Amino acid sequence: MASPPDLVAHPDLAPRAERIRVSHLCVSYHGAVALHEVSLRVNAGSICGLVGTNGAGKSTLFKALMGFVRPSQGDIRINGLPLRQALRRQAVAYVPQMESVDWNFPIHVANVVMMGRYGGMNLLRIPGRDDHRAVRESLERVELWPLRHRQIGELSGGQRKRAFLARALAQGSSVLLLDEPFAGVDIRTERLMIELFQQFRAEGRSLLISTHDLSHITGFCDEVILINKTVLAYGDTSEVFTEENLARTFGGSPAQLLTSPGLEPRLEPGRQPWRSEP
Amino acid sequence: MDPLFWLLEPLRHDFMVRALLVSALVAGVCGMLSCFMTLKGWALMGDAVSHAVMPGVVIAYALNLPFALGAFIFGVGSVAVIGYIKQMTRIKEDTVIGLVFTGFFALGLTLISKVRSTIDLTHILFGNVLGISGEDIRQTVLISVLVLVLLLLFRRDLILFCFDPTHARSIGVNTGFLHYLLLSVLSLAAVAGLQTVGIILVVAMLVTPGATAYLLTDRFDRMTWIAIGSAVLSSVLGIYWSYWMDASTAGCIVLVQTGLFVLSFLFAPRHGLLAQQRR
Repeated sequence: MASPPDLVAHPDLAPRAERIRVSHLCVSYHGAVALHEVSLRVNAGSICGLVGTNGAGKSTLFKALMGFVRPSQGDIRINGLPLRQALRRQAVAYVPQMESVDWNFPIHVANVVMMGRYGGMNLLRIPGRDDHRAVRESLERVELWPLRHRQIGELSGGQRKRAFLARALAQGSSVLLLDEPFAGVDIRTERLMIELFQQFRAEGRSLLISTHDLSHITGFCDEVILINKTVLAYGDTSEVFTEENLARTFGGSPAQLLTSPGLEPRLEPGRQPWRSEP
Repeated sequence: MDPLFWLLEPLRHDFMVRALLVSALVAGVCGMLSCFMTLKGWALMGDAVSHAVMPGVVIAYALNLPFALGAFIFGVGSVAVIGYIKQMTRIKEDTVIGLVFTGFFALGLTLISKVRSTIDLTHILFGNVLGISGEDIRQTVLISVLVLVLLLLFRRDLILFCFDPTHARSIGVNTGFLHYLLLSVLSLAAVAGLQTVGIILVVAMLVTPGATAYLLTDRFDRMTWIAIGSAVLSSVLGIYWSYWMDASTAGCIVLVQTGLFVLSFLFAPRHGLLAQQRR
């Protein structure tokens, strides 16, 4: 694997043991609890699966990590910094679900990637030489540079995914939040994406991948967070990914789950959530 | 008829020159904004705001204040009311928009029939660009320039806001500010537009050029230029047409706009009807 040149140049990518630390996070919407006492850590240079049913709080945790929701309690630190400060340094990039993007929007690939740089620009968002270089490097890494003038809707499914990964790269973030990245992806694209993810990991970035499809987790995730309103378990995949834990996450046997991901979660009241400390 | 005569004869009248200049400016600015409206899906919001400004205009005239001020307050106010009702009840947004703007419009209609003033209802409803007064021109030009400057200053942020608000927020762009900026600009443009085509048809100025351009290109900057061009062309052609046919100016302007849209709908090279059928 080619070693990426900008790894040490970017201060937030310097190897640190701990990328994300969430402590006792509670979030509720209009009195309804979305997340309760969530504590977890994600190491630098790791691919971490965030697994739970629909409504288990995966997207709320993402929103919390992007600073969109005000927690009623708890603390989030990224690269050792308080969340606000880390966000100002563009530490967190969000890669949206492909269904949520307007592919007919009159914008071309290079412009989408340039949007990753807006946070660091002046108010008029006039790109400088560094911005153009970052866009070029990002597009070259995902092999989309020749297609940079295409309207985004003209890209194939796999190219679309890579365009948004390039935007996260251009942003220079050390944490990537990926929302169901494998939804509707063919095998070839999936392999290509996993290859990219592994490169990102080698550079010290941390990827948090939300999914309700378990087949991906054992394949390439180093760490797993099982979530259902609270963290049921987190840590190394091999330790956390036990049948017992999965049953508690999804309220059924894992085999059942692969066919019906929308099963209602069952949590026995009064039982302490089990936690594995890494 | 000699085309040169057709073109030049109306220009002998000062009111025609004024009307052409004012409406071209207003149309250009509204055309630029219409790109954002089309892409954000805010056509209904544009309709709502343009109707809701009516009581503001009436009150402002009655109190001898600039009409733009009253219109702006009621335009933004109506949107705030829509947002509040939507948040507090389970009624769907399009219903809330429908009931709020008709409520405001009815208030304006009632006020205008009771408040003693010099304003003419038909001028507000259908525009009066041929008889526009000096004071109204000053305000309209001021508003148009303000809208133009705001759109140019925040152009890239607004494109990002329309395309991917989640990403915008995650990189620290103040999307709440952009939301209200776009709404304020919409209210201002609606007031400017109602001078030319009136409250009823102003939404055409805020939607049609953008839709026409959207079918013709896949690039935002070109879309903006096409929208501005088609809007300005429509207002100029519309005014000439209304002059020679002695027909409603607002009607003619919007008809030309609609005609250009139909052409684009049929013949657009990639997204037009014929191109799609050939595929």
